[in-house]
Amino acid sequence: MVEGEILVVEDLRKYFKTAQGVVRAVDGISFSIKEGETFGLVGESGSGKSTTAFTIMGVYEPTGGRIFFKGKPLIGGVKKRPLSLKKDMQMVFQDPGSSLNPRKSIREIIELPLKVHKLYRGKERKRAEELLRMVGLPVEFLDRYPRAIGGGEKQLVAIARALATEPSFIALDEPTSALDVSMQAKIINTLLRIQEELNLSYLFITHNLSLMRNVASRVGIMYLGKLLEVAPASEFFHKPLHPYTKMLLSSVPVITEEEEKLKPKKIVSRGEIPSPVNVPPGCTFHPRCPECMEVCSKKEPVMIEIEPGHTVKCHLFNS
Amino acid sequence: MNEQLIEIHDLYVNYKIYEGILKVLNGVEFRVGVKEKVGLIGESGCGKTTTMRSVMRILADNAIVPKGSILYKGRDILKMSEEEIQRIRRESISMIFQDPTAALNPVFTVGDQLMDVIKYSTKENLTKEEMKERAIKVLKEVALPDPERILKNYPIMLSGGMRQRICIAMALVSANELLIADEPGTNLDVTIQDQILRLIGRLVEERGTSIILISHALGTVKGLVDRVYVMYAGNMVEVAPTKELFSEPIHPYTIGLFKTVPKLTGGGIPEAIKGRIPDYINPPQGCRFFPRCEHAMPICKKEKPSLKSVGGGHEVACFLYE
Repeated sequence: MVEGEILVVEDLRKYFKTAQGVVRAVDGISFSIKEGETFGLVGESGSGKSTTAFTIMGVYEPTGGRIFFKGKPLIGGVKKRPLSLKKDMQMVFQDPGSSLNPRKSIREIIELPLKVHKLYRGKERKRAEELLRMVGLPVEFLDRYPRAIGGGEKQLVAIARALATEPSFIALDEPTSALDVSMQAKIINTLLRIQEELNLSYLFITHNLSLMRNVASRVGIMYLGKLLEVAPASEFFHKPLHPYTKMLLSSVPVITEEEEKLKPKKIVSRGEIPSPVNVPPGCTFHPRCPECMEVCSKKEPVMIEIEPGHTVKCHLFNS
Repeated sequence: MNEQLIEIHDLYVNYKIYEGILKVLNGVEFRVGVKEKVGLIGESGCGKTTTMRSVMRILADNAIVPKGSILYKGRDILKMSEEEIQRIRRESISMIFQDPTAALNPVFTVGDQLMDVIKYSTKENLTKEEMKERAIKVLKEVALPDPERILKNYPIMLSGGMRQRICIAMALVSANELLIADEPGTNLDVTIQDQILRLIGRLVEERGTSIILISHALGTVKGLVDRVYVMYAGNMVEVAPTKELFSEPIHPYTIGLFKTVPKLTGGGIPEAIKGRIPDYINPPQGCRFFPRCEHAMPICKKEKPSLKSVGGGHEVACFLYE
């Protein structure tokens, strides 16, 4: 445990049993999040980003591996965790339309965590107003219902609810992927401002690399349940090492010439993500990899550190 | 300027709902030339899909078209008989929809659905073998491996990227003149989206068809089209050659929109546009963007600006440039 690290994940595994076989949704990933930083997880659908967040939050019990929060191990799922721990870790989900109860007013939605954790007793109303102001919504919204407000505003309410218990860690699972760019800008800037004010740590999940560039301080890239590369955000985009990272970057649609120059030229995207039930042997990315070697289909590469803080899992660097 | 294929002039479309009338399209002007590649961008709810559905004449039942014309080679689609428009849909214009899962029928095999399209897209009397041959050929064109097997598969047995390729294949069969692609990669992962867009680009190039590519993800149209329209709240606010639009946008909405897109180069995301898209039951009079516009002038509240040329094929609907 290094000083200043709020969350440490070691060799985390989460498998699901299905009729077709065992799905290794998260298969041995390790990373850590420092206090006050945003750690970004990027990957395509089915890569295990959300499962990672859900397992950290205790929605799923991990199949293997360890999670430490503020130095203490997190054991089991949400039922075994003390209330004080749940207060400290909160989550914002992808679809604000389904994560807010349509039959409750915004006031009831925001006051619920206060009641559960017995916080601000007798002052719940004032606290709810304060939270709405914090996320930049008018106080009149308190008496409205989710259906009466827009999608972006719903997401701001979900953020206010997550902030209600004064957490130090928030997992944000694609918080803006259902929204338009102008609303996305508002939400991201609100999140970053609040992070600064309250010294929060974020686990930020998205499939949008351009967004990640502007949000995260460090980025991890996931593919079929495994982390393939972890690097500081600036380095990640200027010096990508893993062929999959390069393929992702070259596929990103961009609008300016400066961005076009950043994209790796040679790698053209091909193939599809294999079924997680039948994961390819060796390096899971080898069937799509333009630089595939003989060893790649036989042996799984190990994660090695190329530069301080920049690790990659690829045989090209495993000499 | 080459020959025009589709010319939309002053098109209005309303939707009747319980609460009143949604005045969505507000005098749309739009043109696609023969063999031209055109992009249409804008935020969700701005009327992109409604515009294109009007071209195909497949608007929802509660839609009303009070005014306007859509000329296809000089003839008004809105005034055609049902038979004529069906012939155009069979033989000339085709559309790829956003959600490939919803566009395919889950209870028929890919082969059944694809061969149906082939059967009705031609006047020739094809035998079953000939249809199958053509189906396999078109599946090969969209780079699907093992087409024989795929013909026997049901849509559920295929991945999202493969389903979208099948929709493209079906659209290609009848898109002899124009292909309308409505957000063809939005539901897919970036690497798959990139493959689909390159595929569409290559096929359109090879066959010499025109294309209209609709997207709310601005970057996706950039690599593929010659000219881009920007739409806001039922109006075309700006149109320009692709390169010029992305390097020198001039409408305040386009400028704001481009600033708001997160960049790979970093540097934060400015909040360039305040507020949100207007309520279509009571849309603002005059320019529909003025409540959110930082350059709003008194005239903007009263009159609706129309698209005016600023030179080089660049047109803008804004009083700042009049």
